[in-house]
Amino acid sequence: MLEQVYNAIFIGSIYALFAVGFALVFSVLDILNLAHPTVFMLGAFVALFAIATLGLPWYVAIVLAFVATGLFGILLDRIAFAPLRRRGAPQLSTMISSIAVTLVVVRLVELRYGGDFITFPRGTVPSFLIQIGDATLEGIRVVIIATALVLMAGLTYLIRSTSIGRDIRALAENPRAARILGVDIERAVAATFFVSSGLGGLAGALLAFAYDSLDSKMGLSLELRAFTVMVVGGMGSLPGAVIGAYVLAFGEVGSLVYLPAELRDAFAFGLLFLVLIARPTGLLGQRNADRV
Amino acid sequence: MDAIADFLSAYSTLIALVGVNALLALSVWITLYAGQLTLGNAAFMGIGAYVSALLGRHLGMPFPLALGLGALAAGVLAVPLGLTVFRLRGVYLAIATLAFGEVLRVILLATPITGKGQGLNGIPPKTELWHIFVSCVVVAYVLWRVQGSTVGRAWAAIREDETAAASQGIAIRRYKLGAFVAGALIAAWAGGLSAHVTFSIDPNDFAFSKAVQILVFAVVGGLPNVAGPILGAALLTALPEILRPLKDYRDIFQGAILLFVIIFLPRGLVTVAQLRRTRRLQKIGAADVA
Repeated sequence: MLEQVYNAIFIGSIYALFAVGFALVFSVLDILNLAHPTVFMLGAFVALFAIATLGLPWYVAIVLAFVATGLFGILLDRIAFAPLRRRGAPQLSTMISSIAVTLVVVRLVELRYGGDFITFPRGTVPSFLIQIGDATLEGIRVVIIATALVLMAGLTYLIRSTSIGRDIRALAENPRAARILGVDIERAVAATFFVSSGLGGLAGALLAFAYDSLDSKMGLSLELRAFTVMVVGGMGSLPGAVIGAYVLAFGEVGSLVYLPAELRDAFAFGLLFLVLIARPTGLLGQRNADRV
Repeated sequence: MDAIADFLSAYSTLIALVGVNALLALSVWITLYAGQLTLGNAAFMGIGAYVSALLGRHLGMPFPLALGLGALAAGVLAVPLGLTVFRLRGVYLAIATLAFGEVLRVILLATPITGKGQGLNGIPPKTELWHIFVSCVVVAYVLWRVQGSTVGRAWAAIREDETAAASQGIAIRRYKLGAFVAGALIAAWAGGLSAHVTFSIDPNDFAFSKAVQILVFAVVGGLPNVAGPILGAALLTALPEILRPLKDYRDIFQGAILLFVIIFLPRGLVTVAQLRRTRRLQKIGAADVA
């Protein structure tokens, strides 16, 4: 039982890190960034590169994954979204351009690392066990849960209490008014993408550590789950995304008790469908002001 | 004539695929033209594929009848689904239709008669190239005529401004539902055709990536008229073949081309000829279609 709960908290933390970045970009810029799973995958491979090729310890690799994918997020915006934004292109166009970037980046990673599952070099990923009563818990997951909680608290602080956070909120509320009031829009957009992609990449690196496995398609199953997480929590709401992530994780882990394993996905998408029909605004979303 | 026959036999699979993809692109074009972003057409395609293949296998039903019933099944299912999801708009609508597709995939994965994860194998290759092309021509012609009719104008009005269209007395929900059901019928028909080309089908053939692929065909081709989706499907289906010499770098070029089109040709490939006019329209601030 304890192990199940522990497992659900772990999975929920990964979902939350992933979905919070997804929701951030959606709430600020109304972009459904379909390249976010690719950023997630990229984070895992940056960590692998740092450990296997540069010989860095795992905790440095995590930081590197965050920074590198954050910078990649800014680049992604400059290439795929900024030209469309300047033109006032429809939302559909941003979805397509993020798919285009996905094609390119996934292939680039596969050229270097191939398309199969790979593992970290032996002994480079910390592995230790924690004994609580009868339950044996994997230590790396404690590190991951703690990291996720600290980062989400940090994100809340950044958005609520710093000047760049104020700019981001202003941009989310009304881009035109923000510009008139002297907000540096480009800087706020870049910060949004840096944080969003950095968290996504970090989530990828952490998940790769936990399972000691990574591959070029590892973001895909999370993409669809992230939709569930965002819709359940309220589209574009950051606290909603965090709550939605844990709701989904506990639901999935719980449903495995009653459902056969091949129906595990059914829970996520059934839930998504039901919430959309019954309460499209989600738990914390508001009808018109679905913002940060 | 020999040259043409050689070409057809050497590339028959590719040509069939172009036709099927054109049908799929047309199926999603209808809802996009009405301003509704739905991603359920891959699932409808799957319904058409499974229903027609199973009817042929277990009941020995003649091919055209099985195809028709496959399309009908999707069309009938689209009615309650459409009534439910068309309370939603924009991204919500897209996600809801996507969720429907995923639920269907999971059901297929768990049902014995559909072969679960292995899918169905040994589907007889009953589809001839001309079946696909007659279907394409008929669908394109009908949609072209519909576009110019009252129905087409109603769809365009809903796309441009739903509230204004409603205030003009346009029965919004009925027109949206009509577009959705028509798209489902066409997608399922295409699915039935493609199942009898490819020999085997499995649930992942009709998943998220397929839904996105269909959307990309239509949008890259262009939404102003029915030529766009057909052009988009034809070029993007043939592109991997054309880029074959690039081998490992193929996806990279494909991605780059996609990015180029979406950024520099906002109304799709079909407008290449009218590029200068498009630029001028942009300068005076005319909105994009879609």
